[in-house]
Amino acid sequence: MSKLVLENLKEKFGAAILETHSDFGDDTALVAPEHWKAICQHARTHSALDFDMFVDLCGVDYPERGATGARIEVVLHLYSLGKRHRVRLKTRVGDDDLEGAELDSLTSIWPGANWFEREVFDMSGVTFVGHPDLRRILMYPEFVGHPLLKDYPANKTQPLVEYRSESEAGLPLEKLAPFREDEGMSFGRRTTETQEEPN
Amino acid sequence: MTATRTVALDGNEAGFATSKVGALLNWARKYSLFQYPFVTACCGMEFMSVASPRFDLGRFGAEAPRFSPRQADLLWVVGTISQRQAPVLQRIYAQMMEPKWVLAFGTCASCGGFYDNYTTVPGIDKIIPCDVYVPGCPPRPEAVLDGLLLLQDKIARGDRTPGIVKPREDPLVTLRTKPGSPLGAEKKRAPKPASAAPSRPVQPKPEPAPPAVHARHDGDDEEDEDEASE
Repeated sequence: MSKLVLENLKEKFGAAILETHSDFGDDTALVAPEHWKAICQHARTHSALDFDMFVDLCGVDYPERGATGARIEVVLHLYSLGKRHRVRLKTRVGDDDLEGAELDSLTSIWPGANWFEREVFDMSGVTFVGHPDLRRILMYPEFVGHPLLKDYPANKTQPLVEYRSESEAGLPLEKLAPFREDEGMSFGRRTTETQEEPN
Repeated sequence: MTATRTVALDGNEAGFATSKVGALLNWARKYSLFQYPFVTACCGMEFMSVASPRFDLGRFGAEAPRFSPRQADLLWVVGTISQRQAPVLQRIYAQMMEPKWVLAFGTCASCGGFYDNYTTVPGIDKIIPCDVYVPGCPPRPEAVLDGLLLLQDKIARGDRTPGIVKPREDPLVTLRTKPGSPLGAEKKRAPKPASAAPSRPVQPKPEPAPPAVHARHDGDDEEDEDEASE
């Protein structure tokens, strides 16, 4: 039924809609990042589309696509309360070093995009041009890097306060038995340490 | 320990009388713990249950919450502490007046739990001293009460070494002693349920081996030795 959303977008923007599919009934369009805001504005205002509800925005890291300048895939979900249809828009930005990981902010179209864009900026390092208050939302300002990038070390922490030493505490602070390989997170701190010991 | 020593009462602090005042003070402290709940996560639901009439912390003199750390003796750290919260927790602890105690409520507060990642402090004892650890995800209210009793015990003895609440039931012991269990010593324990059955219509599970169960509060010293040997 809502295939007409994709048809409408393709008709209006032509080559800026790079791919579409409707797998499992989810209409999805991969769009060119330059036209990100224009396409969203169209989806918001066009009477046949009328996407008045901003559902979700997130970033997904595909390191293998970095060479083509499409490392971070930004995924947007929209819903129309009036038309009762939904669509998923994707775009890809950034190279290996997150150069060019920039998108136009959607906050002028949906005010609700504000915190979502801050989250994508915090977790994946995409800069949203025109965002009124682009700073970290989940991590603290002192945090370096973007933790949901695949090249962020899984066992790296950045404590804000200095940990007490075991001599100061007077007891062993690592109380958990190390996880075996089939337990916990295989790449986590404790597992990594125990795997290094026997070698 | 003071009985064998002769003490000249020349006004210094050593001697029989002072230690008795200390004991009296400790007795008063252990039954009037003012608590500061630092509740951050799902363990808070279990904390509410403990604090409400069904389990009732008030029975142990610990029901009065103080929402200023300056008036509190006991800091309950209930739930996951993220790296971002760590300075806050440290500051709260620093604001409390001496003497002060800290209870780590649940696995996350005790050691970080399953959050082995960039965002979580792996146990509050990395930041502040901790007196009692209550394991569980979340701990049952009974385990929390055990933790509080353990803390009261330690206060009375003036003992500041950290203690861990032990489970009331050791699953391995239960499995070994349960009739028909693949681990079990079936022949030894078989007659017991038969003799115990007629007394009540609804019979709870047969008690697991008593020594392991009662080691809960008495076994603190052993427990500390275990920790030290690790």
